[in-house]
Amino acid sequence: MRVRKLKEWLIEKSILLSGIFSVVFVVLIFLFLLREGLSLFRGESVIDFIFGKSWYPISDPPRFGILPLILGSLLVTLGAAAISVPIGIAAALYIAEVAPLRLREALKAGIELLAAIPSVVIGFIGLITLGPWIKNLFNIPTGLTALTGSVTLAFMAMPTIVSIAEDAITAVPRQYREAAIAMGATKWQTTWRIVARAARPGMLAAVMLGIGRVIGETMAVMMVTGNAAIIPTSFLQPVRTLTATIAAEMGESVQGGPHYAALFAIGIVLFVITFLINGVADLYLHRSRR
Amino acid sequence: MKPRLAQKIAFAFLLLATLLVVLPVLVILLIIVAKGASAISWDFLFSMPRDGMTAGGIFPAILGTLYLVIGAIIFAVPLGVMAAVYLVEYSSDNWLSRLVKLSIVNLAGVPSVVYGLFGLGIFVTFFRFGASILSGSLTLGIMILPVIITSSREALESVPRHFRTVSLSLGASRWQTIRHSVLPHALPGILTGMILGLGRAAGETAPILFTVAAFYLPRLPQSVFDQTMALPYHLYVISTQVPGIAENVRYGTALVLLSLVLLLNLAAILIRSRFRRKKKW
Repeated sequence: MRVRKLKEWLIEKSILLSGIFSVVFVVLIFLFLLREGLSLFRGESVIDFIFGKSWYPISDPPRFGILPLILGSLLVTLGAAAISVPIGIAAALYIAEVAPLRLREALKAGIELLAAIPSVVIGFIGLITLGPWIKNLFNIPTGLTALTGSVTLAFMAMPTIVSIAEDAITAVPRQYREAAIAMGATKWQTTWRIVARAARPGMLAAVMLGIGRVIGETMAVMMVTGNAAIIPTSFLQPVRTLTATIAAEMGESVQGGPHYAALFAIGIVLFVITFLINGVADLYLHRSRR
Repeated sequence: MKPRLAQKIAFAFLLLATLLVVLPVLVILLIIVAKGASAISWDFLFSMPRDGMTAGGIFPAILGTLYLVIGAIIFAVPLGVMAAVYLVEYSSDNWLSRLVKLSIVNLAGVPSVVYGLFGLGIFVTFFRFGASILSGSLTLGIMILPVIITSSREALESVPRHFRTVSLSLGASRWQTIRHSVLPHALPGILTGMILGLGRAAGETAPILFTVAAFYLPRLPQSVFDQTMALPYHLYVISTQVPGIAENVRYGTALVLLSLVLLLNLAAILIRSRFRRKKKW
């Protein structure tokens, strides 16, 4: 009997510990990014790092200004959001409100499969099919541009946007719809003016989480954007994002050196951005559930 | 405009948008199958790469990915399921459980390349595991933890309250109740989460870039402290870093990776829908 009590005590404590591990990992991720990244700021000011206009990590002296990378990420993300938000929200409305039950299940499975396609496969397809197509369409020297990145990433953001927005729309109480229909509104008027409005906080969260996914996406964006670390002036030129810079340059940096530290410092920036986006999105999600 | 007409036009637009989301999946699948199927052969799947990857097969990459996902699952499933049990069965709505939930949301949102940095900082450098299967598996394991916790939580929450009250009223302890009356019913849901986690781990590239993946290693790893090739990284390498690789080999590699990941996801979807239909309590 006492052995069993002891065993249960041990099990319950390890369950509690496992719960706390998620918190530990978030803290550890941040600490290890700081540990490797902060040494950069012994020789460099934070302002020069974030607003510096040139990223020449291997010239002498090296320059670690990430403004071109931030703008690259921003441009690609804005483009992807412009494509994926309207399409994603519309698709969510269709799936939740219009599609018959069977079609609805099939569509949801299809969207889940789209979410499951590895980013390197999407990047590969973007590189081989979309790149040449954009090159010919706009008659430009290379098809690997910010626009190519935006289109590719839009497809990676859509599953997130559609599935979370669809949840929010489905969660709108039935009485809202019944009341609107009883007042003589058509199904579309109900969907657009009542349901979509009631689901707004959840849709906003969906958009933010989709954008969070786009900012953090690495492989696909590295393969299709052409990777030029210059301040972008148009969608039709190569750009380089924060994530792609880390992935592309870590292999050639010297461990413990300033370049290595600078790449970890970019990691800190990414961590903080996504932390904020996810935190705020979570607040909206909770508000929409209430 | 007449409301009826407006509705028709609006719904047509919504349908169009839905097709724009779903059709690319089919297009991508068709392109990859059509152009990659000719590369698939026994030799391609089960032999070593030769001549700087321009000839031979992709066996070490396939095996490496299997090792990595198995390692990630061994690490993440016990931890994730226990964390879910904590959240559903033990915690009340206090600051600690709220902090845990917020952490899970944030773990899910951390960019994959940041997981790569973390793995490099902690496992490769700090614990001195080097670039190895161990470092890569642990990094992937932490990355898929939110997937496993979230689906295990849903599975546990779907077990009706009275299963617990009945068991407790018969004199079972809290843990006995969970072990015998809750977990067995949540098993299909937990399995779904595990398979989804497998699929996610198999397809990710950025977390293994600096923690395990070898560019070209035409031999099989001997221990968990060895580097290994992996399918997603291999696809990246042969499509961007090495010129002169036959097109059908690239598509073939993409086809193998895509089939692996999509089959896992399809299995998860099927298990879940069966489970939902069967469940009538």
